[in-house]
Amino acid sequence: MKSNPTSLNDTITAIKKFFVNKGFSEVKTPQVITSPFPEPHIDAVEVDGGYFRTSPELHMKILLAEGQQKIFEVGPCRRKHESGRIHREEFTMLEWYEVGADYNDLIGFTRELLLYVCRETIGSNKVMYNGSLFDFSDPPEIFTLNELFSNFANVSPEEALANFQFEELLTDKIEPQLPLDKAVIVKDYPAELAAFSKLKENDKSIAERWELYLGGVEIANTYTELTDPEEHLSRFAKFAKQRQEAGTPEYLVDPLFLKALELGIPDSAGCALGVDRLHMVLNSLDSI
Amino acid sequence: MYSASDLRKGLKVEIEGEPWVVSDYDFCKPGKGQALYRCKLKNMITGNTMDKTYRSVEKIGKPNLEEREVFYSYPEGEFFVFSDGETYEEYRLNSKTLGNQVSFLIADASCKILFFNDMPIEVTLPLFIEKEIDQTEPGARGDTATNVTKPAKLDNGYELNVPIFLNEQDVIKIDTRTGEYVERVSKA
Repeated sequence: MKSNPTSLNDTITAIKKFFVNKGFSEVKTPQVITSPFPEPHIDAVEVDGGYFRTSPELHMKILLAEGQQKIFEVGPCRRKHESGRIHREEFTMLEWYEVGADYNDLIGFTRELLLYVCRETIGSNKVMYNGSLFDFSDPPEIFTLNELFSNFANVSPEEALANFQFEELLTDKIEPQLPLDKAVIVKDYPAELAAFSKLKENDKSIAERWELYLGGVEIANTYTELTDPEEHLSRFAKFAKQRQEAGTPEYLVDPLFLKALELGIPDSAGCALGVDRLHMVLNSLDSI
Repeated sequence: MYSASDLRKGLKVEIEGEPWVVSDYDFCKPGKGQALYRCKLKNMITGNTMDKTYRSVEKIGKPNLEEREVFYSYPEGEFFVFSDGETYEEYRLNSKTLGNQVSFLIADASCKILFFNDMPIEVTLPLFIEKEIDQTEPGARGDTATNVTKPAKLDNGYELNVPIFLNEQDVIKIDTRTGEYVERVSKA
């Protein structure tokens, strides 16, 4: 392992190299947008001309509808009032989409990405983080959210959501049990937490979504993307209602996105990865 | 009222009628769910600590706190009398509120008192005070090392460690936050 710490820019440079080698196009979507996606628990920062994006998702999906096949973007995003050890109001997000892929395809791809970035930046496959040495060349350990909740919290994720205990149980009972010496994938979220992911064909109670943990820290979130226009509109309406009930600002749907829905978003998978957090883990830092 | 998003390290809040200060804070938001604000809190009256997690929708009480400029006047039985710098109103504080600070009270020193609903709960003394050493072993002549220390006593009975070369009646500077020796001000 190299003893010198690497810079965030080294991490970003390695990420870009990986995607270019894999035939992805780098895109630059607007940072200031008319309106963010109305997710229940994400608030945007108001700026002149609209809002600072909370992720590049909206415009990247418009590009998919316009015919792009494999795209990625690394850049700043902002989320209001999010500040703590692993949160910052402004942070660096990597997001990529691949047409024709699903969330399972992205597990192996993400493993390759992490291994590449680790080797390029710190010159090794191995990282010491949170007291454990882990090797990015090892395959990730995969758990379903259902098995984690039933093993460590004695309730189903759906029950936990209904009792407003989901977040506490996840952080207090489940996350501390996740292995620290390898990458961990937690997959198959309840439909209520689907956000903009597709529900499973054979079980509409489960969303095709996974989250990646490194050293106990949530690093990335992946969906088989929701493509059905009607389902999109009904989720927008549901989230808008949840936001209204919580007293959080209303976000209208960007007309450009409605147009993209008409054009048709192709079957695809996408992942959003917190670059500051990845950099933190690679350099054994305590916070971002 | 405060919103959960106002929570920060150092924020003073009111919980069940008592003032608490956030001594440690972290924000988490697992799996795109609701934000959790995890706090360690310290009771500003009793010093007790507790952990508490707030969700983004929760409101937290704002304590009615007011700081007044005062100066220390005199001891009176079990109380210590401070006078308001503007109104000359007198406030009587007991040694429970003052704790160790009792040993560092100097007449006419300007201090601050923090009131919670008009009840004095915290005193801020001047950062440094000067006091004379009342009792200590004779100084070792020629030994000016400050890292070798010996016990010394002030006239109010407070004991602290001072460098070995100091003598009785030497005047020393003390940090009132730590109660520790800082430097010698004048020789006996």
